[in-house]
Amino acid sequence: MNELTHLDQLEAEAIFIMREVVAECEKPVMLYSIGKDSSVMLHLALKAFYPEKPPFPFLHIDTTWKFKEMIEFREKVKAKYGIEILVYTNQEGLKQGINPFDHGSSYTDIMKTEALKMALDHYGFTAAFGGGRRDEEKSRAKERIFSFRNAAHAWNPKNQRPEMWKLFNTKINKGESMRVFPLSNWTEKDIWQYIAQEKIEIVPLYFAKERPVLFRDGNIILVDDDRLKLRPGETIEMKKVRFRTLGCYPLTGGVESEADTLESITAEVLGAVSSERTSRVIDHEQAGSMEKRKREGYF
Amino acid sequence: MKSYLKFITCGSVDDGKSTLIGHMLYDAKLIYADQKRSLELDSKAGSRDGELDYSLLLDGLMAEREQGITIDVAYRYFNTEERSFIVADTPGHEQYTRNMAVGASFADLAIILVDATQGVLSQTKRHVYICSMMGIKHFVLAVNKMDLVSYSEDRFEDIKHDFLRLMATHTVHSLQALPVSATLGDNVTHRSLNMPWYKGDPLLTYLEKIDVSEDISQLGFVLPVQRVSRPNQRFRGFQGQIETGEIQTGSMITVLPSNESAKVKEIYVGDKQVKMAIAGQPVTLTLDREVDISRGSVLCVEKDLIASDLITATLLWMDDNELVTGRNYLIHVGTKTLPAIVMSIKYKVDIHTGAHIATDKLLKNEIGVVEISVSEPLVFDVFSHRRALGSLILVDRITHMTSACGAIERSMRRSTDVAYQASDITRELRATQKGQKPLTLWFTGLSGSGKSTLANEVEKRLVALGKHTMLLDGDNVRRGLNKNLGFEEADRVENIRRVAEVAKLMNEAGLIVLTSFISPYEEDRQNAKSIIGDAYIEIYVNTSLEICEKRDPKGLYKKARNGEILNFTGISSPYEVPRDPHLVTDSGTLSIEASTDQVMELILKIL
Repeated sequence: MNELTHLDQLEAEAIFIMREVVAECEKPVMLYSIGKDSSVMLHLALKAFYPEKPPFPFLHIDTTWKFKEMIEFREKVKAKYGIEILVYTNQEGLKQGINPFDHGSSYTDIMKTEALKMALDHYGFTAAFGGGRRDEEKSRAKERIFSFRNAAHAWNPKNQRPEMWKLFNTKINKGESMRVFPLSNWTEKDIWQYIAQEKIEIVPLYFAKERPVLFRDGNIILVDDDRLKLRPGETIEMKKVRFRTLGCYPLTGGVESEADTLESITAEVLGAVSSERTSRVIDHEQAGSMEKRKREGYF
Repeated sequence: MKSYLKFITCGSVDDGKSTLIGHMLYDAKLIYADQKRSLELDSKAGSRDGELDYSLLLDGLMAEREQGITIDVAYRYFNTEERSFIVADTPGHEQYTRNMAVGASFADLAIILVDATQGVLSQTKRHVYICSMMGIKHFVLAVNKMDLVSYSEDRFEDIKHDFLRLMATHTVHSLQALPVSATLGDNVTHRSLNMPWYKGDPLLTYLEKIDVSEDISQLGFVLPVQRVSRPNQRFRGFQGQIETGEIQTGSMITVLPSNESAKVKEIYVGDKQVKMAIAGQPVTLTLDREVDISRGSVLCVEKDLIASDLITATLLWMDDNELVTGRNYLIHVGTKTLPAIVMSIKYKVDIHTGAHIATDKLLKNEIGVVEISVSEPLVFDVFSHRRALGSLILVDRITHMTSACGAIERSMRRSTDVAYQASDITRELRATQKGQKPLTLWFTGLSGSGKSTLANEVEKRLVALGKHTMLLDGDNVRRGLNKNLGFEEADRVENIRRVAEVAKLMNEAGLIVLTSFISPYEEDRQNAKSIIGDAYIEIYVNTSLEICEKRDPKGLYKKARNGEILNFTGISSPYEVPRDPHLVTDSGTLSIEASTDQVMELILKIL
């Protein structure tokens, strides 16, 4: 019999991790951001526990600024697999009118980081699966697969628990929690190859299509609804664009592309000249911004 | 599909680990354009002469960038036409040894960097030792900064010679020595023109070619059960990853440690039903009959595993709190977690000389061989035979820190190995296990003074505090152990001697003993004290004869006065007032609660 391929090994590792969490952690949840990594995570969870359904709920932190197509996709997935998807919004922030245009990075803090912490506390989850990968960013490159968070959800990069072999330490005290990253060792390329191999359904925004966009601060922003106000000199153009990552539409830059099939996307990724996170606007704001966010509890 | 290579880089501070990997990525065009641009910008901003600082590609955390060193393992992913790579870049500082061990546990191959201007250092020996301990058998010696020693072949050969001597005590399946310059790029991705005497491949080419696959095909099927899946009454599946061997439907498997057998009915790999599955695959198995299986059970075919509650292991201590024998930890092996106690430290290893040093504690980053007692038989294998069931971690039960990692060397209870000695378990171990300090509370006083009532109350309080106790009094000793003794003076002496010896044994067992005997002679009490030792606490229940006689709960004083009982203490035989008791309590005037409070105050001071 043949040896396992590189993707088989990554899949096996992720499934092992998911089973460990379900066996050991009191109240797990899977963060579901609707992006391609979440689609892969969901696919792996369906495999890991088969014929049982994933024995935990999914959680979507909705900032109310997600692409419309993402929300449609979320509802479709929920119906198709009969899984529980909890949707949580920071109502306080919403009332205060916190938005990505006027509030810059504090928008992300309030509507994403804070909202996530509030949701985890609200439901009392003790372990949360995230789709983070170590190839995304330098501080992620150093994070453990089982990442311990104190009662304030903070990550202490200087005192991470040693993680040896496959012996994951899942023990926590009341109020503390774990963030668990089953895709730690996957690269963006692995994700795309796995999506192609397993025929995993993803949000259509990943495929190039003529879309109404405008150019702002070097990014291509999709005009997803009328909350996006034009600045002087800006015009809406139809461009064939696709998105390498998905988040809040005003903060997610698209790329001009002809890639409208998985094969052509994978080919583009293999020859990519920019790393994935350049299309995330928040990462540019200051050096080490991701590490700061993570210390405070961002995924 | 391309194969995978997981490797680790280790070296001392400033040996140039991050620079080496960064240069390899840069030269092999394995970084994105924006990373390259930011590298070029960062390098210019830095102080290093505007030259490209390749290490900036790797040193991720802000604290590291500020200090210019690597403090945690950083994982990098890259691939060439030939192969996919994951590299664990690890810190060199001794204080971050545990982080290096994290990287080593993950890797199949280690690149050991040695600075050509410095040669093999004590740190190099430590790094090799840890890599080897964590199971790495493939090594590359990269002698860096060759440009600073004029690309001298002699210098390279000297270092290589030292290194080979160092490797002699480790299990090595492959070893390659390479002269490089991480900063200038010699022998990184291209053969160096500066060192024509080196005939081997440059580093990247070597890494693309090296075969690190382990020959585990000889090992039988082993599946540590992660969880039992019961979505409904009809389905009961056992989920886990096959560690070694393969399995087919219809195969007979044995469950350890229960030793029950059953046939494999169905096999699922993920969501697909298959006839056969191999090592590395995550599976769900169903069996043809009901057997007792839970998380931590091990399914196997050949039964070449060991089940024992006493093991010998090599530990790397990783906790700021030192290892103290007798303390309770959780041991995690395979998918099983159990309470365990490190009973003794046989020795610690001086990793620079290999010498064994006697010690009673292990500090952070020290390595030692220890004996571990597990609360119930643990299914395992020795590390060198089957890593998946031979590796362990110890978790602190209070802080939940991963305190140690280790390799199981052997069981102490195999039929061929009966070296287990009772003396390995000490009084302190038994006491620590109970979370208390063994004591004998020796209550002395006249008959009717209230000794037993007081001892009883104190015992209740101790038990309420979670302490493990035993009360010895005339009722439970005279009727059994001492029923052949009368009330003559010689017998009374023997009575007290026996009580003291029993109390001592119970203290050895870790218990807090309360004795309630008149014990009227100072000499006997001194004798009891010398038998029991420091655990002896004397409490004199000082109630006047008058009050005792008035109480006379058993009518004994009356009988003594009437001459029906001879040698009755206080009437026809003396009571010698204790010379130096730990506590005198006057039960004649104090309430029982007040007396109990006095005794508890004394005990809590000692405990």
